[in-house]
Amino acid sequence: MIDWPLVSVIIFLPLIGALIILFIKEDELTSINIKWAALLATLGTFILSLILWLQFDYSNPSYQYEEKFRWFDDFNFFYHVGVDGISLFMILLSTFLTPLCILASWNNIKKRVKEYMLSFLFLETVMIGMFASIDILLFYIFFEAVLIPMYLIIGIWGGNRRIYASFKFFLYTLLGSVLMLIAIIVMYRNTSSMSIEFLQGNYFSYNTQLFLWLAFFASFAVKIPMWPFHTWLPDAHVEAPTAGSVILAGVLLKMGGYGFIRFSLGMLPEATEFFIPLIMTLSIVAIVYTSLVALAQTDIKKLIAYSSVAHMGIVTIGIFLVNQQGLEGAMMQMISHGLVSAALFLCVGVIYDRMHTREIEFYGGLVQRMPLYATVFMIFMLGSVGLPGTSGFVGEFLVIVGAFKFSSYVVIGAAFGIILSAVYMLYLYKRIIFGTITNNKLADILDINTREKIILIPLAISVILLGLFPNLFLDPMRLSLELIITNYEIANAK
Amino acid sequence: MLNNIYNIFFIPEIFLACSSFVCLLFGLFLKKNAFRQTSNLAVFVLLLTILLVYYDSESNFANYKSLFSHSSFINFFKILALLGSIASIIISKDYFLGVKLKNFEIPILFLFSTLGMMLMIASNNLMSMYLAIELQSLSLYVAAAIKRDSISSAESGVKYFILGALSSGILLYGFSLIYGFTGSMNFDDISLYLSKYDNLNLGLIFGLVFVMVGLAFKVSAVPFHMWTPDVYEGAPNSITGFFAIVPKIAAVALIYRFCLVPFENFYLEWSQIILFLSIASMFLGAIAAIAQSNIKRLLAYSSIGHIGYILIALVAANDDGIKAASIYMFSYMIMNVAIFAILLSLKVKNEYLINISDLKGLSKSNPIVSLSISIIMLSMAGIPPFIGFFGKFYVFIAAIEQELYVLSVLGVLASVISAFYYLRIIKIMYFDESKSEGIINFHISFQSKIILSLSLFLIICFIFYPSLLINISASLTI
Repeated sequence: MIDWPLVSVIIFLPLIGALIILFIKEDELTSINIKWAALLATLGTFILSLILWLQFDYSNPSYQYEEKFRWFDDFNFFYHVGVDGISLFMILLSTFLTPLCILASWNNIKKRVKEYMLSFLFLETVMIGMFASIDILLFYIFFEAVLIPMYLIIGIWGGNRRIYASFKFFLYTLLGSVLMLIAIIVMYRNTSSMSIEFLQGNYFSYNTQLFLWLAFFASFAVKIPMWPFHTWLPDAHVEAPTAGSVILAGVLLKMGGYGFIRFSLGMLPEATEFFIPLIMTLSIVAIVYTSLVALAQTDIKKLIAYSSVAHMGIVTIGIFLVNQQGLEGAMMQMISHGLVSAALFLCVGVIYDRMHTREIEFYGGLVQRMPLYATVFMIFMLGSVGLPGTSGFVGEFLVIVGAFKFSSYVVIGAAFGIILSAVYMLYLYKRIIFGTITNNKLADILDINTREKIILIPLAISVILLGLFPNLFLDPMRLSLELIITNYEIANAK
Repeated sequence: MLNNIYNIFFIPEIFLACSSFVCLLFGLFLKKNAFRQTSNLAVFVLLLTILLVYYDSESNFANYKSLFSHSSFINFFKILALLGSIASIIISKDYFLGVKLKNFEIPILFLFSTLGMMLMIASNNLMSMYLAIELQSLSLYVAAAIKRDSISSAESGVKYFILGALSSGILLYGFSLIYGFTGSMNFDDISLYLSKYDNLNLGLIFGLVFVMVGLAFKVSAVPFHMWTPDVYEGAPNSITGFFAIVPKIAAVALIYRFCLVPFENFYLEWSQIILFLSIASMFLGAIAAIAQSNIKRLLAYSSIGHIGYILIALVAANDDGIKAASIYMFSYMIMNVAIFAILLSLKVKNEYLINISDLKGLSKSNPIVSLSISIIMLSMAGIPPFIGFFGKFYVFIAAIEQELYVLSVLGVLASVISAFYYLRIIKIMYFDESKSEGIINFHISFQSKIILSLSLFLIICFIFYPSLLINISASLTI
């Protein structure tokens, strides 16, 4: 094993990069240095996080690479970080997507490059920190600190309605997370511990659990987002710059799912059992409703945003099935959605950079001028639909298999959503890629350049890798998920 | 110690009183640069006083006929008030010179007011408490009206004076009732007397309510907050800074001591009042600030909101509450020092900044300044990882320890509402496009720069080593 603080280095390397960037003076010539510094810092973080995966002990269900220091003298709050099978891929997702985001903004962010890169590096630190925290207070601090850079990214570099979108994003998610703060303090008061590991042993009375569950639900349901708390998401996605949408869809939504697994399932099993029907209902409504809404969108980004809500509905179904297939499916779906939706937003960014519009009507027949673009877009589109061989299939398949154990109504709902997702994605693809070029402005549009290839091809490879070799990803997380299921079943068998 | 008469001068309050007179004479006989020199001397005197407070742990003189009390809580708040005073004198020096307000009396007024606050915090007797409140208020009334040729300054002074006098009257009436029904002025004696009874009689309840009203006025808790925005707006910026930073510390310490020492056994009686004040302050502070266009009024409402949170910790009335109050007050002072250090150095078209909308484009012309303002605003909104979050966090720990769930939920909801107007300032600096660039100037003196950097450092880096402050505040006893 590794005897140096690998997790802390991964968490704070982007922040160190940010500090270095802070001292680079920004003008026309040096802004390229800022970009390179940001790229190197994030790439370094990614490579280090690969070590995390390579050295990962598959046979250990609990936390690995643990680091623990006393943080507050008066309470049992620790700087306690570590990685287990659940957080491993969330961290990898964050570290994988951030360098791509930096690359994606290489040319199209022209104003305030320094602030932009600072925001992204700070964002990466807090994202990784959040997934790696074992202390709930630490988790909460990172969880809320995410709002700061994201608020700035949407508000400064966003579209026309960026101010509305950024406020909505900030206040909506803040409202959810402050309730979680109260729940965290109540937990601490009952157990005198803030360790996630410790609290996963069911220490709360039934009534307390119900209230705690609702407080956590307020926070994670907004974050993931579940219908009817999803209204901030389309606004935030549409107004955010491309890279902002990528992080939002790729990582920030997963914070909700991660929270559900860790807190709701892990710590409040009896309340979870009580609320499962609620979650299933909301998820099915979300899947069907947002899929139909997605069908009616005229803005490409908004369509993908609504499809995210639908895909997250499958994730919440998978999580709250609380069986091996369901949870593994939910995890796979989260990873897959992280890659696919990020890639789709990047694809939208590619044509947006060229044409400065996201109206579906505007495009058509892009395959004539951009064959390579059409190919990668197709891979991601099929990944989103869930075609066998792509990452989307594994997650959806596992969730549906798991759902059969629970109720066939849920299966019908989920399957209906999957069919609808095929409808709106294929329809979108047909409208913007196929046919002949009808719009004269598209006549001399260029195919993707080298930088865009560097961004999109790794994503395409990983989407297919995930689809063909799911065990590569399922093996490390299996035992950690089993542990949660076992605890859950023991608690509810009492 | 007692045998040596000279030791009397080492009692912090007496030292401060004597030195204030020395400063007054010093300023009077100086021909040139009287203001600057007196300010420097005042800062020096306050620094010495801090040392004296720090080392004066067992002085019996301070308890003179048990008019005053002595505890770690009192010392902590005394030091906090002194630090606030020092910071506000330093950051306002350039402002006063800039607006040609060079009366050397200003730092002297601050000194006397600080003296009043130290006595307020330490007072253990209704009479000494009243006199201390009057000493600090009178100095502040004059300070608010110090710009004699400005209508708004005179107005704010008169407003403050009339309302302050009214509240003092109410306070005094409450004292007389309490004295009448308990037969004692001393906090400990009152407590002893009351311990024989299970509930308060009507006269004492009236007395308690009147005192609460008077104290609520001093901490500017809703519904006795009306004077705050007007006085903040009318007074010269630097005086507003002093108002925002220092008197709140003393008033909060006083209201804590008054509730927790003489009336500690009658929690139910006073906690209802405080509960209402707290909820009303949080929500009114949050909602009323949204509509403000004047930065000083906005900060006034923001301070009203902060008082609401501190009162939550008072409702909790446990050890964690005292800890929370001291941490919250510390963070409040630091954040206000930082924001006023910036406001007192920002000029728009050669006028000191008043309108929030004038901050437009600051992020382009002064990236460092606007970053600092953003950090302070996020910290005030209670967003981690800044110090303001930990203040709120400890307040909620105290509240939940006492099972005040509803109050805590209301508290966090108010904090979401208040986040809106803090974010609005960031929005104006960063998101709004400005056509007129370069009209904002930022000139800051070396000394204020040190104060500003230090407070920003504390705001940002508190998270890395919180135990430093928390260990101190955990050991406080009232």
